[in-house]
Amino acid sequence: MPRLMKHIFPLNRHLIQRLGFAGLTVMAFLTVLPIVAVVIYIIVQGAPAISLEFLSDFPRGGMREGGILPAIIGTIYLTIGTAVFSVPLGIAAAIYLSEYAADTPLTRTIRIAIINLAGIPSVVYGLFGLGLFVLFLRFGTSILAASLTLSIMTLPVIISTAEEALRSVPQAFRTVSISLGATRWQTIRRIVLKEALPGIITGVILGLERAAGETAPILFTGAAFFLPRLPHSPFDATMALPYHLFVISTQVPEMPIKIQYGTALVLLVFVLAMNVTATFIRSRARAKRQW
Amino acid sequence: MNKILIESLSLQYSDGTESLRNVSMEIPANAITVLFGPAGGGKSTLLRCLNRLNDLADVQVVEGKVLIDGENILAPQTDVIALRRKVGMVFARPVVLPMSIRANLTYGLELAGEKRRSKLDEAVERSLRLAALWDEVKDRLDDPAIALSGGQQQRLCLARSLALQPEIILLDEPTSGLDPISTGKVEAALQELKKDYTIVLVPHSVQQAARTADYAAFFLQGELIEYGEGSVIFTAPKEKRTEDYITGRFG
Ligand SMILES: Nc1ncnc2c1ncn2[C@@H]1O[C@H](COP(=O)(O)OP(=O)(O)OP(=O)(O)O)[C@@H](O)[C@H]1O
Ligand SMILES: [Mg+2]
Repeated sequence: MPRLMKHIFPLNRHLIQRLGFAGLTVMAFLTVLPIVAVVIYIIVQGAPAISLEFLSDFPRGGMREGGILPAIIGTIYLTIGTAVFSVPLGIAAAIYLSEYAADTPLTRTIRIAIINLAGIPSVVYGLFGLGLFVLFLRFGTSILAASLTLSIMTLPVIISTAEEALRSVPQAFRTVSISLGATRWQTIRRIVLKEALPGIITGVILGLERAAGETAPILFTGAAFFLPRLPHSPFDATMALPYHLFVISTQVPEMPIKIQYGTALVLLVFVLAMNVTATFIRSRARAKRQW
Repeated sequence: MNKILIESLSLQYSDGTESLRNVSMEIPANAITVLFGPAGGGKSTLLRCLNRLNDLADVQVVEGKVLIDGENILAPQTDVIALRRKVGMVFARPVVLPMSIRANLTYGLELAGEKRRSKLDEAVERSLRLAALWDEVKDRLDDPAIALSGGQQQRLCLARSLALQPEIILLDEPTSGLDPISTGKVEAALQELKKDYTIVLVPHSVQQAARTADYAAFFLQGELIEYGEGSVIFTAPKEKRTEDYITGRFG
C-alpha cells in the first residue's frame, strides 16, 4: 500500500514541506487580516472628523459637535496618574522578587497571586476601586481614585514583565560585580537595572497602554459623562477617551457617526503610538545588547 | 610568609553535598599555589571561600577557619566588601561587564569611591600592562569590551581584578576556553604577578598545573589528599591516588 501511494504521489518531502509552509503563511495572514481590517475601517470612517478643532475644542451641541479635548487630556492625566503609582511600585516589586526574595512558599504565593491578578476582569477592578478609593478612602469620583484603580490593574503586567527582564540579565554579571566589591544594591543599580531597562520600559508601556484604553475600571471611579471644563486637581473627575467613546456610541441619540469613529481613531492612535514606542525600544535594545 | 591559613575547613551545600572535608593548608605569599584534581573535588568551592563568594550560594554549614593576614575572614563581622577588594577573582569563562574596556577596569575602583580621573587612568594603564594587554587595547579603551577576542577578554578580567590592587588573586580555570597562545600569555602574566601577589590557581589541566605550580594541592572529593612543592608533587608524589591522577591512570 505505501508503495502504491508512492506511485500515485511521487511527491517528495520537499513538496509536502512547501505545502506546509504555504498553509502556515496563509493562516498567519488570516490572523492579521481582521486587525488590519478594523484599523483601516476606523481610519476611513474616522479621518473625516479629525481637524484641529476636533482635537482642541470642547464637545458642543450635546456632544454632537465640537471636539474631544477634555477626553484626550483626561486620558493623558489618567495615564500619567497610573504611571506615577504603578511604575515605581511595580519595578520595586519586580526587583524584590527577582533579586532579593528567596524561593519560599511566601514568594511563590506572591507570584501566583500576581499571575491571577492579571486575569481578573477589569470591571471587577472598577468595583474594587469604587469600594476602596472612592467610598472608603473618600477620594470621591476622581482622577486620583481612577488612577489608583488603573494602577492596581496595571501592576501585575509591570511586575511580571519587569521581573522577567531582570531575570534575563545573566547571573554571571552579578557574580562578577559582587566579586569586585560591589554591594548587592550597587550591582542591581549599575548593572542589572541598566541591562533590564529596555525590557522594563516595554512592560511599563504595554501596561499603561492597557490602562489608557480601559473603560470599566474608571467607570465608577473617575470618569465623567461630560465636563464643561478641564479638571483642576487630582480630586476632580475627568472625561476620558474610552468612556467618552462608550457614551457617544450608546448614550447619545442621533450622534454623527463621524464623531464616534473620530474618537475611536484618536484612542487607537494614542494606544498604537505607545505600542510602537515599546516595540521600537525593544528592538533597538536587542540590536545593541552585548550578551 | 603564609598569607592564607586554612584550618579544618569543612563546607556543606544545602542539598547535602559535602564539598570540603576538614581541609587545612597554608598558602604562601609571592607564589603560585595550584589546586588540582578531578571534577567535583571542591577546588572552586575552596576558592570561593577565600573571597566569601560562597555567601551567594546555597551553603548550609561552614566549619573551620580561613585566616588571611591572621584574620578569620569567615567570621560574621568580616567586611566582605573590603575582603573582595583585597582578594580578586578571575573566573573560568571570561565575563566582561556590558560596558567599555575602560569602564570594566574602573568599575571596582569607582565603587570604592575613587573619582579622580588621573587615578583611574593610571589604574587602567597599570592593570592592563600587568595583564599583558595594554599594547593590544590602548587605542580602543572606549570600545565595548565584548568586542575583544576571548583571550583578550580573559586578560581584561585579570586586569579588572588587578585594577583594585588586591593582595591575593584567585583564578578558577582561567584559560579553559583559550587557545595555547592566549594561555601562554596568561601564564606568563601570572609568573610576573607572583612577585607582588599571592596567587591561587585552579588549572584546567595537569600539564598546566605542573607548568605553573610553586606549590600544589591535590583535591579528591572534598579532601586535601596531598600538598607540597610543585616540583615534588609532580615528580615524586607520596600518595598513590595523586600519582594515579597525574599519570592519567585515574578512575
Ligand atoms: N552552588 C552549589 N550548590 C550545591 N552544590 C554545589 C554548588 N557548587 C558546587 N557544588 C557541589 O560541590 C562539589 C564540589 O564542587 P566544586 O565546584 O567545588 O568542584 P571543583 O573541584 O571545582 O570541580 P570542577 O573541576 O568540575 O570545577 C560538587 O559535588 C558540586 O556538585
Ligand atoms: Mg571548579
